[in-house]
Amino acid sequence: MGPMSANQLDRIPPAILIDDLTFHYPDQTELFAEFNLRVEAGQRFGLFGPNGAGKTTLMNLMTGLLTPTSGSIRLFGKDMQKHHLRINRLFGFVPQDFAFYQELSPVENLAFFGAWSGMTGAAIRRRTRELLEILGLAAVRHKKVQQFSGGMKRRVNLAIGVIHQPRLLFLDEPTVGVDVQTRHAIVNYLKQLNESGTTLIYTSHQLGEAEELCNMVAMIDEGRIIAYEALDSLLSKHRQDGLEGLFLELTGKNFRDHNV
Amino acid sequence: MYKLWATILKDVRVMRRDWLGLTFMFVMPVLLVLIVTGMQSGTFELVSKNKLPLLLCNKDTGAASLQFIRAVDTMGLFEVRQIPGTQNEEMIRERLYRKDALLAVVLPADFSAQVASRTRVLAGKALKSFGLDDSVSGGTVKTTGAPLTLYYHPVLQESFRRSAEGTLYSALQLVESRQLLKTLYFSINEKELPDTLGNELLSNREKISEIPVSRSNSRKSPTVTQHNVPAWTIFAMFFVVVSLGSGIVREKRSGSFIRLRTMPTSYVLTILSKQITYIGVTMIQTILVFAVGVWIFPLVGLPRLDLPDDWSGLVLISILCGWCAVSYAICVGVFADTEEQANGFGVISIVILAAIGGLMIPDFILTGPFRTATKFSPLHWCLDAYYSLFLEGGKLKDVWSNVLSLVLIIAGLQGIALWGLKRKNLI
Repeated sequence: MGPMSANQLDRIPPAILIDDLTFHYPDQTELFAEFNLRVEAGQRFGLFGPNGAGKTTLMNLMTGLLTPTSGSIRLFGKDMQKHHLRINRLFGFVPQDFAFYQELSPVENLAFFGAWSGMTGAAIRRRTRELLEILGLAAVRHKKVQQFSGGMKRRVNLAIGVIHQPRLLFLDEPTVGVDVQTRHAIVNYLKQLNESGTTLIYTSHQLGEAEELCNMVAMIDEGRIIAYEALDSLLSKHRQDGLEGLFLELTGKNFRDHNV
Repeated sequence: MYKLWATILKDVRVMRRDWLGLTFMFVMPVLLVLIVTGMQSGTFELVSKNKLPLLLCNKDTGAASLQFIRAVDTMGLFEVRQIPGTQNEEMIRERLYRKDALLAVVLPADFSAQVASRTRVLAGKALKSFGLDDSVSGGTVKTTGAPLTLYYHPVLQESFRRSAEGTLYSALQLVESRQLLKTLYFSINEKELPDTLGNELLSNREKISEIPVSRSNSRKSPTVTQHNVPAWTIFAMFFVVVSLGSGIVREKRSGSFIRLRTMPTSYVLTILSKQITYIGVTMIQTILVFAVGVWIFPLVGLPRLDLPDDWSGLVLISILCGWCAVSYAICVGVFADTEEQANGFGVISIVILAAIGGLMIPDFILTGPFRTATKFSPLHWCLDAYYSLFLEGGKLKDVWSNVLSLVLIIAGLQGIALWGLKRKNLI
């Protein structure tokens, strides 16, 4: 998968197209009503909002972990509900929680999750060597992950999400709780991935990191999109020099987690 | 296929690093089968093989008491331990309290005189009824006491006591019959009864034809090992619930499960992999416990395990029992929400199902609703199948009904697990 030209990108259906989405948790009021969103292929798309805004729910809907009450979600033109297993090959997911087996080594984890992503043994071994080298885990490849530091675990979490070289990568707070060096390494690697054609959907409260990584931004609050634009243009429109100021301007300064 | 292989490999690796689970699955059954069989061995041997110790205090000096003792000894139920005739009732009671034996018999000083007196009276009556002169009953001594006294310890079960009483009556009757025959013979023929004729008349009883109800017509008597090893092997198999049930819950609640659900593979593959891995575990458990029965038991003085002749039946039944145990553990894992629930419910339910399934108390001694309840325990059907092989000497062709029962139970448990997975939106 190499960098794509503008013409190529034009022919590719949007990475994500959400159309009239409605969703509510059982016995709760609607979180999303007639919600629409479009993410073009090749974008580094940041999804931001205060606690309880619906970011994680939206991420779970886009990855198929939750089923919409109505409306449709299409990934690269394919309906999520109708082509669930086929679509799942197209994307990778790096959840906020450590989503791997702590009792296993990075190599063993990648062997298992690689197979579940539909890769062959040879492809898994090749990609494992490559990823562990890039993410600085080669020296500890056979050690149990439970012995690792938080930063190393984050890198293992990321490696598993990208082992099958997905066209679309969902990242839910991928750098929470890591040191500056690890954050730097992860952000750099994500940029490399994007340059090689992977669309990124990113959500985080690390707004400085988001500014560095994202070129397109959507802010959501109470299940609605309150801003959707290229990052540079959004900042200049609101005369803000950073995402944090813009965030506070759009969502206010009150605590939002009282509803939890 | 590669996905399945990779999943099995992952499950084996995760399990290999779970030391607590491994201890429960492999060390616990070995200890359990050794301890329980060792403890039950004494009782079982008492019932099936050993003679019951009997203290015998002979205060008599006549010939009849010696004949009686010989007759009791010949009958084979008791290990007769003679104690001095000078001992009084208090001393005998003390010996029973000390559990030197659970039974004691005292032959009174006039035992032979009593026997002689009773037989003379009976002989006189018989001679009269034959139309002959009663030349024997004159001069009989009137006796009031019982011919013998039986003391027993209250811990002795009623059935044992009745059996002991019956044997003592038989011995007494034998002595009296011999005496009666001698008296009658002498009265009619005026000469002594020849020993050969006496023996022929009294001891030449018709043999009862004994046929063991065994599929192989084997006369091997079941030992405590043949009972316990299959039973505790099944218990061990079902104890995989500790590792497998809680493993499923742990996986469901972990972040890795979230990731698995976003991948292009069905969670059914995970369940399938766990089944294959843990059926492998139950097979290792079976080999381990059977090996202990065959090689370790004789070293610690327990009867050796005799494996059934038909290996195909043994292998098939073992796999089905293992699969049944794994299916049950998967059900527990699917429906439990926390590891505590899976472990708590899993362990307690296995102990209850083992109890009602006949692993701890043989089901044939249960009655009424308890007997019906055994049918609801999957462990009962597993045990039933193993007993067909281990105790009844069955072969593969004899255990098809057991195979069918186990297949139906497995299908039922798998169906419940799949329904649970769907209901919880896991597949």
